[in-house]
Order: sequence, then structure tokens, then C-alpha cells
Amino acid sequence: MRDTITLRVKRSESGGFDTFEVPVQKWTTVLECILYAKHYMDTSIAVRYSCRQATCGSCGMRINGRPALACFTKVSELDSDTITVEPMSNFPIIRDLAVRFDRLFENHHRIRPYLEPGDADDKREHLQSPAELDRYIQFANCIKCGLCNSACPTMATDTTFVGPQALAQAYRYVADSRDTGKDKRLSIIDDSHGIWRCHFAGSCSQVCPKGVDPAMGIQLLRGYMLGFRG
Amino acid sequence: MRESHIMKIHYGTALAAVGLVAVHILMRMADGYAESLEFANVVANYQFLPYAGLLEIMLILLSVHGFNGLRVILLELRQGPSYEKAVSYGCVAAMIGLIAYGTRTIVMVNVGMI
Repeated sequence: MRDTITLRVKRSESGGFDTFEVPVQKWTTVLECILYAKHYMDTSIAVRYSCRQATCGSCGMRINGRPALACFTKVSELDSDTITVEPMSNFPIIRDLAVRFDRLFENHHRIRPYLEPGDADDKREHLQSPAELDRYIQFANCIKCGLCNSACPTMATDTTFVGPQALAQAYRYVADSRDTGKDKRLSIIDDSHGIWRCHFAGSCSQVCPKGVDPAMGIQLLRGYMLGFRG
Repeated sequence: MRESHIMKIHYGTALAAVGLVAVHILMRMADGYAESLEFANVVANYQFLPYAGLLEIMLILLSVHGFNGLRVILLELRQGPSYEKAVSYGCVAAMIGLIAYGTRTIVMVNVGMI
């Protein structure tokens, strides 16, 4: 195990990379490397982070070209003496590694990400069988980190595409047996920049740190819209 | 028209076209593949109405599928209300134009203009 790695940080002001030699141990994460560089070498590095345990979804970035959470990526996993960190693709950059999430959150809100009960006055429990839970539970693990949108090739060219994050969340609520808002939700994503623009590249599912499979959710939702409603 | 309806047509035309093109290729091979594009053979094919009908249906299916595919590609290249409207109407016009041009050939053969 090497003692130091070379950390290359993309800087928005210069447009180039700044290089730092950072000490590492077996368990050091990329976020810890960035914070080391920020605390001891260059305090002007802009990076967003919070929980450090892959729960808040704040520290998404491209690590050696691949979208990943910096707090969830160990240096030892990367098998490289040089680690390059860049802001996520398909997001406007605020500064350095910090990006704006407006588009992701707008699209997330658009698909009505909440249960719409049929009768609001009905105070009974809405019980679900394990099979009904299985249909959507993995999609409920989404932490809105934006890595799927960053990896999506359609997001790169279509500035109005809803994106895999919002589409997977649309499926999460459509597949929920307690929800009655399917028609409204489906009509929102059924437009010329909605669900049909997905090319099923599958990169969204490859990069999800929580094991969500947005590509599968999108295909299931498409099937549902084509009439396969079993 | 809702995008899901357009895409149902898109997928349906693709499936139907695959079947009909297979029939078309099999007929060409049964007929002698090398001579299939000779002038007399082409005219004879157009005068045989069941086969001319098959070609006409294939033309419609492939035009609808192809121009919708082109519309989708162009919508992904750029966005904007006027651009998207121009692309959508332009593709429909081009589709109608191509179908009309192909139909014209079949009609001209059958009314004795060729």
C-alpha cells in the first residue's frame, strides 16, 4: 500500500487541474483526500459534502472519469497512484467540484414524488404484501445524489430530458399499490422529452451507489405505458 | 398526439416492417435475385397488384418509422419550442412527400405512363 497519492482537482477558475500530494491509508476515501488538500494545502477548493456515509448524496463527482460519491470511494479501490476529481457532468458548475442541482430537483418535483391516496379521509392502514413492497422498494433507496443523471448520455445532449433519477422515482410511486396518482404522473413523463428519450445505455444503473437500477425502472415504466400492466 | 402513442406506432411499424421486408426478400430470392432490378422485372412487379400493395405498405411503414426516428434524433440534438415544432412538422411533411413520391411510381406504372 502506497503512502501518498497524487490528487488532481479540476478548478473552475483556471479551467485546469491543481495537483496535490496527499498521504493515504488503507481506509482513506477520496473525500478525505480532497478535504486534506483543502485543509492543509489550498483552502479555496470548493467541494460539497455532509454525511460522509453515502446517505446525503452531496459529494457526487467524477472520480477518474466515473461518477461516484467521494465519501463512498476508497483510494485503495481505485488501484491508481493518481486520482483525478472533476465536477459531475450534465450539471452547471458553481465552483470547482460543486454543481447546481436545480434541474434534478425540478424534475424530481415535477413527477409528484409522493403517495397520492385515493381517499384522504380514509384513516385505515394501507397494508402491503411483501410482493407488493418488492416491486418498488429498491427505488425508494434513491438519495438524489445525481450520479445517474451525470452518467446519462441523453442528459448530455437533451437539456430538457427528465433524467433517470426522476424517471426511476416516477416508477417507484407508480409501482406502489397504495398510490392512486399514476395517470397524472404518467402524463407528465409522456412527452417528447420524457421517458421515451431513454436509450437504455444503462450507465445510470452502473454508477448508482445505493444499488438502485434506474434503467430497469424506466423499462418497467415503459412497459406499463405500453400496456404490459401485469 | 401523446408521445406514448407515437412510440407505439414507432415500435409497431418496426415489427411489421421486419415481417414484410422478410417476405419481400424471400420473394426476390425465389424470383432470381440477380435479375430483380432489371427494368422489365420491376415494372412487372408493380403491375402485380398484391406485390405492389406489399411494397406500398412497406413504403408507408418504413417512412413512418424512419421519419419518426429522425424526429427523435433531431429533438435530442437541440431544444426550443420553434425548433421542435419545425422538426415535427418538417418530418411529417417529408414523410408524406416520400410516400407520395413512391406511390406515384406505382400509379404511373399501372395507368400505363411507364
